[in-house]
Amino acid sequence: MDEEKECRSVDSCTNELMAICGEEGIELSWDRRKLQGKPCKFGVDGVCCRICFMGPCRISKKSSQGVCGADADTIAARNFARMIAAGAAAHSDHGRDVAETLIMAAKGESEGYEIKDRTKLWAVAKYMEVDTEGKDQGKEEDVNAVALAVGEKALGEFGKSHGYLLASYRAPEQRNKIWDELGVRPRAIDREVVEIMHRTTMGVDQDYENIMKQGTRCALADGWGGSMVATDLQDVLFGTPKPLRSEVNLGIFKEDHVNIVVHGHEPIISELIVLATQDKDILAEAEKVGAKGIQLGGVCCTANEILMRHGIPVAGNFLQQELALVTGAIEAMVVDVQCVMQGLADIAKKFHTELITVSPKAAIRGVRQMVVEEGPNAYKQVKEIVLLAINNFPNRKGKVRIPQESYPMIAGFTDESVMYTLGGSFRASYRPLNDNIINGRIRGIAGVVGCNNVKVSHDDIHLKVVKELIANDVLVLQTGCAAIATAKAGLMTPEEGAKQAGPGLAEVCETVGIPPVLHCGACVDNSRLLIAATQVVKEGGLGDDISQLPLAGSAPEWMSEKAIAIGQYFVASGVFVVFGVGLPVLGAPNFSKYLFEDIEKEYGGKWAVEPDPHKHAQLMIEHIEAKRKKLNLKFERKLLDMAARRELEV
Amino acid sequence: MSKIIASAAIRGAYSIIDKAEKKLEEAIGQKGEDHKVEFPNTGYYYPVIYSMTGEKVTTLGEFKPIIERCNALLPPKVDEGPVHLPYLGHVLDAGMAALFGEEIIEAMNYTIGPDPINGIWLGAADDIIMRERGIQFVDGTAPGFAAIVGAAPTVEDAVKLARACQEKSLYVFMAGEDKSRGISFAEQLAEAGVEMGWDTRLIPFGKEIYSHIFSAGFANRAAMSFGGVKPGDYAHNLRYQKNRIFAFVLALGEVTDEWYATAAGVINYGFPTIADSDIPQILPTGVCTYEHVVSNVPVGEMLEKAIEVRGLKIVVSKIDVPVSVSPAFEGERIRRDDMQLELRGLVKGDINTKGFELVNMVDLDAVEDGHVEVIGPDIDEMVEGSTNSIGIVVEVAGREMQSDFEPVLERQIHSFINSAQGVFHMGQRNINWIRIHKDAFKAGWRMKHFGVLLHAKFKNEYGAVVDKVQVKVYTDPEKVAELMPGALEAYKARDERIAGLTDDAVNEFYSCTLCQSFAPTHVCVITPEHPGLCGAYSWLDGKACFKILPTGPNQPLEKGKCLDESIGQWDKINDYISTASQKAIERMSAYSMIIDPMTSCGCFEAISALLPMCNGIMIVDRDYSGETPAGMKFTTMANTVGGGNQTPGFVGHSRIYILSKKFISHDGGQRRIMWMNKSLKETVAEKLNALTKELYGIDNITDYIADEDVGTEEEVILNFLTEKNHPALAMDPMF
Repeated sequence: MDEEKECRSVDSCTNELMAICGEEGIELSWDRRKLQGKPCKFGVDGVCCRICFMGPCRISKKSSQGVCGADADTIAARNFARMIAAGAAAHSDHGRDVAETLIMAAKGESEGYEIKDRTKLWAVAKYMEVDTEGKDQGKEEDVNAVALAVGEKALGEFGKSHGYLLASYRAPEQRNKIWDELGVRPRAIDREVVEIMHRTTMGVDQDYENIMKQGTRCALADGWGGSMVATDLQDVLFGTPKPLRSEVNLGIFKEDHVNIVVHGHEPIISELIVLATQDKDILAEAEKVGAKGIQLGGVCCTANEILMRHGIPVAGNFLQQELALVTGAIEAMVVDVQCVMQGLADIAKKFHTELITVSPKAAIRGVRQMVVEEGPNAYKQVKEIVLLAINNFPNRKGKVRIPQESYPMIAGFTDESVMYTLGGSFRASYRPLNDNIINGRIRGIAGVVGCNNVKVSHDDIHLKVVKELIANDVLVLQTGCAAIATAKAGLMTPEEGAKQAGPGLAEVCETVGIPPVLHCGACVDNSRLLIAATQVVKEGGLGDDISQLPLAGSAPEWMSEKAIAIGQYFVASGVFVVFGVGLPVLGAPNFSKYLFEDIEKEYGGKWAVEPDPHKHAQLMIEHIEAKRKKLNLKFERKLLDMAARRELEV
Repeated sequence: MSKIIASAAIRGAYSIIDKAEKKLEEAIGQKGEDHKVEFPNTGYYYPVIYSMTGEKVTTLGEFKPIIERCNALLPPKVDEGPVHLPYLGHVLDAGMAALFGEEIIEAMNYTIGPDPINGIWLGAADDIIMRERGIQFVDGTAPGFAAIVGAAPTVEDAVKLARACQEKSLYVFMAGEDKSRGISFAEQLAEAGVEMGWDTRLIPFGKEIYSHIFSAGFANRAAMSFGGVKPGDYAHNLRYQKNRIFAFVLALGEVTDEWYATAAGVINYGFPTIADSDIPQILPTGVCTYEHVVSNVPVGEMLEKAIEVRGLKIVVSKIDVPVSVSPAFEGERIRRDDMQLELRGLVKGDINTKGFELVNMVDLDAVEDGHVEVIGPDIDEMVEGSTNSIGIVVEVAGREMQSDFEPVLERQIHSFINSAQGVFHMGQRNINWIRIHKDAFKAGWRMKHFGVLLHAKFKNEYGAVVDKVQVKVYTDPEKVAELMPGALEAYKARDERIAGLTDDAVNEFYSCTLCQSFAPTHVCVITPEHPGLCGAYSWLDGKACFKILPTGPNQPLEKGKCLDESIGQWDKINDYISTASQKAIERMSAYSMIIDPMTSCGCFEAISALLPMCNGIMIVDRDYSGETPAGMKFTTMANTVGGGNQTPGFVGHSRIYILSKKFISHDGGQRRIMWMNKSLKETVAEKLNALTKELYGIDNITDYIADEDVGTEEEVILNFLTEKNHPALAMDPMF
């Protein structure tokens, strides 16, 4: 028993508070997981079908088909595709909200929102085919007009009747060709989700390859559609992140402050909360109740959003959400959408904490709902929430037990900020990155992303995978809860990171002044990784498609359907993707062979599953080395005479 | 370790901007915001600021927004604490801000002192120098430049390093002293009596590090004038610097924060730093082509290391003579007191020696390759300080050799001999003049070495047409006198042959795209009667160069059908122009500056410009820095005409083209010349008068032509012309 408890997490704050929960009988996700017993094998293997009510059916040695005759491959593929649809829907619905907020901001209909990054607005306008000719970035009305047009165009991407997603053309030329040849370029975002739901309902698409063709198209509509809209329009509204300092882990809370947690995924409300917690009048209110100030801390991707843009400290990742409340120091936890555990409700009741849901899409039974409607009253409503938290400060009961530990970190890496970081205002480019991949100081790039999962030791797999990658000179880009895990271990500081990185990677990091692991934002910001990969291709010297790059993706502790959508859009963009924990396809021999092998012939990327962190990392490293070999990367010093110099491009 | 560099560079940038700001305030206090400011004789304002930002600063007050820009570029200082933000981008920005700051400091030095031109220090290079020298970076005669900061450990080390740079034909730009010792590299060279200046490629800009802004300014102007880089297009500019201007920094001695800042600034340009001190290194590549900072290199190995780090290939062929050979020595002057002796055909005063140089094509069998014969006394047998006769006969043979190439090869004797350290050469044919420095004599230079040098040079550079070379050096005055008539006859025959070479008499012209690496849409068409704009390439040169390098920048162009005899357009030439200029230019006239004039790169010797009120033209050459009747100085006009643009009413050309029968013949020819700068007028006067008499029956045309003494305003010129009744006033309008 004790042994099992010990491997629940490798995070000391988590273990400290978990011990208290044990003493006080507070039930956490790990405990509920135990009560669940062994997970049903049919579900784990992806061969349980609940699509019609003739079943549920399951595939076993005894019965190789469901009632309708659907085989393991069809059932697993349908389930898998539906996970993609759900994941894509989550990211994309988030993107839609941002587009709507942008439109309101452009029309001046929403207090607290403005166009913060005009350069980015112009850049987005370009790929969204919005004409900026004659428009002046310095003029308010021009900016609003362009923002309005971009917002409308973005909104159109969800339901347009003709054409394809505009952002998909941002991919390298070679990638575009592959998509067109395979006929998977996404059309309207909503349409791709709907079509999955249609094709996977009773008695429609019953060929796993054909199902996955739509699964791919829907996944691409997420990565190169909904998620990209969310990321880019958030940058326009709230500013494109730049490298900044912050702190991470539950130790960020302060006993003498009003502590507020924001949790969920969208920055739309949390941006206003950030604003409100810096409002003089509000701070005066906090003082009145005897608090020295307001400490805001984030959990999950809301944390990542306000970390990236404001340096607001991160309290923890997914599996730490309940533990934040256990500190007894949280006056309010404000949640919006995705990854919010219903279990929070019971724990909040044990403390003075006000748990507040703010999205009309996401209520929790028995929990206070204060819907913030984007519009003229949004900021007022947010201030009320903050005031509620402040007024709750005197109500703390019992001992406050904030763990002592928090770690410094650097975040804020985006396509734009990486360009600047590598060359300043005048020489911004990816050249130094490409050069050092070519010369072998950096062996390759890995994206390590995703969630936490109670089935594996919390943060443990993330850390082992990331450490092994950087020790082998692989530069790691991270988003989501995976990023928070690494940050908590100190790897997102240049100094600590350098100690763990291989000599080549450490040398490059030292030159640039970056950690070997870069925090690139929330899970919708995986779209940033797609753009980064595209930029590396465009910079030259590493082939002409993403699939040729020494690059691999990983989600070591995944649990959400969103991870499946992300995994598939990376595979379909040409990336080798390794998942930890497991994958609900293993009961379907042909479908899993397709995902693990055959799909590579089409897209140049493929899936793999490896729960063991060492083997997981090695799979990625082997892939990276194989790609390097194929590219025949060699660093040669060429000494140029006059004739050779004339050949150089200027 | 680059955190240390980053911290220092950013501190240095703060310090430089602070100084710039204070100095600007001081200048404004003394002179007022509206006080006009400029670097001497340049059309590029403050070239670093101008090329990077597009801002044309002309008054003190206009520097204020530049200071603001610098402050905006200055990043936060690198924290000494445990967590710092990424600094590479910051350092590069800080470096650029530092360069702007240094340019402001130097601008203020020009305005309120101390005067940058002081003692050995030369200050900013003006546009005349930049054009003359910039072209060497284009054609490869200068592979790059070394920006030297600080001072070598000893004077001897300094001389060695400078000579090594010269041997590799590199320019050496010097600024900044080693603060700990209070001495600079240039002062070390001065102490050793090394001749410095643009002619010897050793350029002392100033004693403070800030003066290295003149190095950056030189590079930026080269990009704008030859490379077609638009002011403000910093991305194009820096790409150009990285891939065309092969410069590097040699840091000698203690590296200060301000040195770091300046070095960071030019890392933006792709110029790496090699240091002899033990500073941190930055080896990963990316901004520069290879390493960014390499340190702890002993002074004697620095140059080799720098060349490797910058990715340069410089081939110095070893020639078996006792002195170094490099174009960098071409500019050396030898004073009478320093000369061992001189050899002259160019007679002066009561000197009646004779001299000539001749290249003759002979049969293969008649040449013993490498054979050198001295006929007459050697140097050690002549009186020190004496003047003597000289005859140099180079006999060449080769299957690809043609007699047409004789004058082409012969003209090279000048630069070949001149490139030997301690040997000075001037003139050609029978007006040659050679001096030999005492040091060269002491090093072992003797008469036979002229032959050894010429043999090696001709074989190296003209190996494609010359299979065998032998040289006879005549020093016996009687023998020289005996051979003289034959030489004169040969010159006469060649002149007649060239005179007979007309555009109509040949079927093909030659292209010259040598400058396309710098001016991508520019293409020269060289005809017998329209030599290259730079003055360096005649039709015969083009022909010879094509033989030497069949895939090179000079290609034969079939004329094709003549479309218009008068303006000089041919269908195939137009097709070629269109293709070679990437369709930027569709047509080109050989004989008109009004209709489809020829494009210009940036290296033309002179510009003809229409004077609309006068119904004629003015011609100004690049040595003249004053105002002209066109309302523009040469440099300003050059910006309009250069960069591969077709600008009707303006055309860039060589000086010698003025003496061509086809000189803007469609527009009225030499009769149209209303104004020339005096020095140019004097240079061409004799031949111009003769030619205009021959062509148009006008006597002494130069008497009608105004110059800067008459005035530089068109109205004034018009009065002068009317008074003189200039023949062109009665001609039809030019357009």
